[in-house]
Amino acid sequence: MILADLLWIIVAMPFAIFLVLAFFGNKLSTNLTAIIAVSGTGTSALLTILLGWSFLSAPPEDYSLSSQLWEWMNTGGLVTSVSLRLDTLSLVFIFVITFIGFLILVYSTEFMKNEDGYARFFAYMNLFIGSMLILVLADNLLLLYLGWEGVGLCSYLLIGFWYKDPVNGYAARKAFIMTRIGDTALIIGLFLLFTEFGTLNIADILSAAPEKWASGDPTARLAAFLLLGGAVGKSAQLPLQTWLPDAMAGPSPVSALIHAATMVTAGVYLIARTHTIFELAPIAQCAVAIIGATTLLVAGFSALTQSDIKRVLAYSTMSQIGYMFLALGVGAWSAAVFHFMIHAFFKALLFLGAGAIIMVLHHEHNMFKMGGLYKKLPVIFWTFLIASASLAALPLISAGFYSKDLILWETFASTAGGTQLWFLGYVGAFITALYTARMVFVTFFGPTGIEPTQRPGLLITLPLVVLALFSFAGGFIELPHTLGHVQVFSGFIHHTLPHLEIGDVAESSELILQIITGLTSLIAVGAAYVLYVRRRIWTDSIKKSKLVTQLHSFWKAGWGFDTAYENILVRPVVYLSRINKNDVVDLIPLGLSKAMLYFNNVLVYSQNGKLRWYMAVITLGAILTLTISILL
Amino acid sequence: MVDVPLTHGIALAVVLFLVGLVGLLTRKNILFMLMSVEIMLNAAGLTFIIGSTRWGQADGQVMFIFILSMAAAEVAVGLALILQFYKKFNTLDVDAASKLKG
Repeated sequence: MILADLLWIIVAMPFAIFLVLAFFGNKLSTNLTAIIAVSGTGTSALLTILLGWSFLSAPPEDYSLSSQLWEWMNTGGLVTSVSLRLDTLSLVFIFVITFIGFLILVYSTEFMKNEDGYARFFAYMNLFIGSMLILVLADNLLLLYLGWEGVGLCSYLLIGFWYKDPVNGYAARKAFIMTRIGDTALIIGLFLLFTEFGTLNIADILSAAPEKWASGDPTARLAAFLLLGGAVGKSAQLPLQTWLPDAMAGPSPVSALIHAATMVTAGVYLIARTHTIFELAPIAQCAVAIIGATTLLVAGFSALTQSDIKRVLAYSTMSQIGYMFLALGVGAWSAAVFHFMIHAFFKALLFLGAGAIIMVLHHEHNMFKMGGLYKKLPVIFWTFLIASASLAALPLISAGFYSKDLILWETFASTAGGTQLWFLGYVGAFITALYTARMVFVTFFGPTGIEPTQRPGLLITLPLVVLALFSFAGGFIELPHTLGHVQVFSGFIHHTLPHLEIGDVAESSELILQIITGLTSLIAVGAAYVLYVRRRIWTDSIKKSKLVTQLHSFWKAGWGFDTAYENILVRPVVYLSRINKNDVVDLIPLGLSKAMLYFNNVLVYSQNGKLRWYMAVITLGAILTLTISILL
Repeated sequence: MVDVPLTHGIALAVVLFLVGLVGLLTRKNILFMLMSVEIMLNAAGLTFIIGSTRWGQADGQVMFIFILSMAAAEVAVGLALILQFYKKFNTLDVDAASKLKG
């Protein structure tokens, strides 16, 4: 089929551009580099839209397309092919990756204009997008793992893009090592699945799993937990979340790409993709929900105290991914994917907007030094406002409301969820609205801070406007029962992922919950308005209390996770390795050679060059030999 | 011909050998060491002669002639070496040539 043949082109385009830029990037002019850099992902995005259109108008059989490119390896029972598979879940992902990736690249062409390594930047970005496409289109877990590692590598390269500052290199290494912990769990999970099923093909595993394992089977639980380990690392959830705030060391478009289109959503994709295994291991699935709920609160409180605008956004990403994990954990698969898509739109927009602000204010990250920008940067202000409304989930008018409300309602209604998990999510929603409103008020309102010296160009504002459009309108493709009952998105996703099992909940409670959450976010925004615009004095007086100061610094440092890891893990390892500087194991071969040297010295002593001494020894030897031969 | 008992002959050979050995071990002068070696060779030759008389066979005599000729050759080479030694070290002390120590 012709459509299936388009798949490899979508994946190959970014890689081709990467190769072109990597080999010839130095020789090309800036403008040509920009055009080449954007063209690859642009083509992929166009092809993706074409594929999406055909999926909607004339859906293929089973709502999936696959195309085998070549056999990768065939050895000892492991047959792995490089083949791509597109179904409704991966279609949503590749749409987000290529489309948002394209917009981010367009934005970067201007944003990175005066930077060294212009071509290098776009080469990495294209490799990043290509790896992520491999990840979501892979039809077997090994190919998925290839993309998974590619994404990890690119995050390292891009976070440390400004490598001349050692701090950035440190942040890059931290991201790489922290995610690597999860990767190790994932590859062990892959080994386990291979020994159990003898194949790594995702579809085969998912169809064989329910026959092989009963619900709650210990092996299934182990496999699910190992996969979860990988997902936790990549998606920056507790307890492997500490790399994400430091990843802000990279350029803003990189943050946008990592947080919206690629990298952190890989974990969500992995769990959604292997949902059958999680359904067979209720404990693991419950762990997913609990990790998500905890992370969204922990990150939310941390976001509340940050002063660096990008760090606020970083923590908010952790928090929002926490919502997705919560949804995955209670079995609300389509809600998780829906929130992923909406989040990608508004989070990319927020990062790009923040990047633009930082650019025009000469690399000022501290939002308390900004202020009063709403008149001076109208386009950025309005787009940022729309995205923030989505993040804060302002009722009815924002896309974020519909996706987050869906998650909260399904958490409440699901048989796997319940009131406790709902309450955690609800508190998280309040905090989200609070820190979002705080960020907007502090940045754009209040007393004027640093004056912007330049206006962002068209290439920067245009992607912002497009993303704002999607952040606003994206929510209307999935409306709850109470408000119009549109189910375009979940209907589409349900061709791949199962429906949610709704528990015994009254229909009317949905409306009540919606009103509660809607009002809550409004109240939070109001509270932020009072605290940060009307009555700044109140905030200052609150800050004076000792308990608040301590809590503030505790949350600002991300709940002390970095310090704890430093003390529990890093220090003992460094201490031990310092003791073991000379390597205990080396003592064996070294000791052997030392003994040899010692005996050598003894024998050397006997060879003293004195002829008579030799003579005496020969005589002695002869006597000894004779004595022995006579005696024996 | 007076019969000399076997043990007497052997004892003489042993004494000769020991004289040579002790001379070899105690003397520092390389010339005397060469002479000691000659004495030891003669002790060995004497043992062959005694053996051949005892069993009435000519093999021992033949061996002695071999030893004698070999000793002559050895003395020729040895004396030449000693001359070179003296030229190089200006002494006949054997301990002067101890460069081959480890």
